[in-house]
Amino acid sequence: MGGLDDLYQELILDHYRRKRGEGSLERPSVAVDQTNPLCGDEVHLELGIDDGRVIALAHTGQGCSISQASVSMMSEALTGRSLEEALDLVEHFRLMMHGEEPGDEERLGDAIALEGVAKYPVRIKCALLGWMAAKDAIQTYQGNGGPEHGEG
Amino acid sequence: MGTAATIDVTALRADFPILSRRVHGAPLAYLDSAATSQKPTAVLAAMDAYYRQTNANVHRGVYELAAEATARYEAGRDAVARLVNWPREGTVFTKNASEAINLVAWAWGVRELRAGDEVLVTEMEHHSGIVPWQIVAEITGATVRFVPVTPGGELDMDALREMLTERTRMVGVVHASNVLGTINPVEEIARLAHDAGALMLVDGSQSVPHMPVDIAALGCDFFAFTGHKMLGPTGIGVLAGRPELLDRMSPFLGGGEMISNVTTEGSTWADLPWKFEAGTPPIAEAVGLGAAAEYLMDLGLEAVRAHEMDLVEHMLAALGEVEGITIYGPRDPRARGAAVSFSLPDLHPHDIAQLVDQEGVCIRAGHHCAKPLMRVLGVGATARASAYLYNSHDEIDVLVRALGTARAAFAGR
Repeated sequence: MGGLDDLYQELILDHYRRKRGEGSLERPSVAVDQTNPLCGDEVHLELGIDDGRVIALAHTGQGCSISQASVSMMSEALTGRSLEEALDLVEHFRLMMHGEEPGDEERLGDAIALEGVAKYPVRIKCALLGWMAAKDAIQTYQGNGGPEHGEG
Repeated sequence: MGTAATIDVTALRADFPILSRRVHGAPLAYLDSAATSQKPTAVLAAMDAYYRQTNANVHRGVYELAAEATARYEAGRDAVARLVNWPREGTVFTKNASEAINLVAWAWGVRELRAGDEVLVTEMEHHSGIVPWQIVAEITGATVRFVPVTPGGELDMDALREMLTERTRMVGVVHASNVLGTINPVEEIARLAHDAGALMLVDGSQSVPHMPVDIAALGCDFFAFTGHKMLGPTGIGVLAGRPELLDRMSPFLGGGEMISNVTTEGSTWADLPWKFEAGTPPIAEAVGLGAAAEYLMDLGLEAVRAHEMDLVEHMLAALGEVEGITIYGPRDPRARGAAVSFSLPDLHPHDIAQLVDQEGVCIRAGHHCAKPLMRVLGVGATARASAYLYNSHDEIDVLVRALGTARAAFAGR
């Protein structure tokens, strides 16, 4: 795609076509909705949390390739992490997208491919959508008195 | 120049310097005039000359420069009033169309609407025709209701007639939809509104730039439009209001210029239209908008409309050949303006717009400030290509080719 190779890397298109974590949970611990007011991208995110850890994550929604691929990558990167680790990773991703930090491939996994989106300011919000939803979900869960560190 | 019925696009494009730009190595194909229009040198020169030669504050100064500035500002108003056939004392300059609608909502609505009253708008309204009424309804206890849109993208006139009751106080309708292109029968709706004892507000942001609009003939009470979509600068819009209504209304924004006398006990208001223009107005912008109005009148809005109907016909035909495409809005060029929204099954509007940008094509993607309409269409977003007097068949062909390239690139990997 010529000059858009940074934006539409193979990995991104792969996640777009085959979204990991798409669907819903039988008994989610928390569910949130997030939309990108500028363009209509939307995500419905459900987390299964146990023992202070994200044990399951499912999402549905519609939107551009960047937003959908990013949600898919996020679901892989956050599943299995403790709530604290997850929030840390969301913040790291956010800083990467704003060009304030280089991406840590080990922690981000496939989501490192989104680093190039930072060059397209209008699309940054697309990439952040799912991650901000995850942050909202975790903080909502914690705010509602959800047990944090293995209190059961 | 009224007899010249056709537009010579090649000659006309020379008036618009930006059109010779290149983007990503390709010629600019600007198909987003529904978002904002490009400006002819006549408008740019008028604003530049104003600042270089006759800049001063208006309505106040005694010196020659101030008199000239005032004359230029008011001449801008006169040109706009002539363009739409409205008396100058009812031609109020605002910041944009959104502010014009807010003016009516706040200066009329807040004081006139009571609990149980209804404001009737439509499902195809731009957010500017919805949100001000929602805000004012919340304050006053009135209700906002929505005339539905048919699957063909037109207003359900039977529903409209049913929804017009003795409770209806105001009807607000876009003259032409910025998403569907639909041109609504606002003259007929104004009659129906008045029969029901309601006032009528029309948003002509997408009509005034593109076709002859005679506000007096339409019969509405308020008519809003904006400068930057009609070859004028940003920062200036127009509320055309019935002088007898504006006279009875309280002011919108208070401050200097809109007063007659100010004491510590209270103030009295200036005559129309200045009663609704608080503070230093956008003087250079009014000069620019006046120049835009003159440019359009010289060209002839009939010729502009004919050119756009021809472009729309080509757009609908060319886009119609794209496999799997969904095109929204009426198919008859006479029933619609040149804003064409579409979607593809395999490529989100964002990605469409991003990819065709590589070929120099500017189109819009998103909800177009019409989220209720998006819900009616069952989508989160559409792509939209909109043509104006300076566009050509070639540019539409470039868009269609770029769509093909985009899909292949996305699928091929």
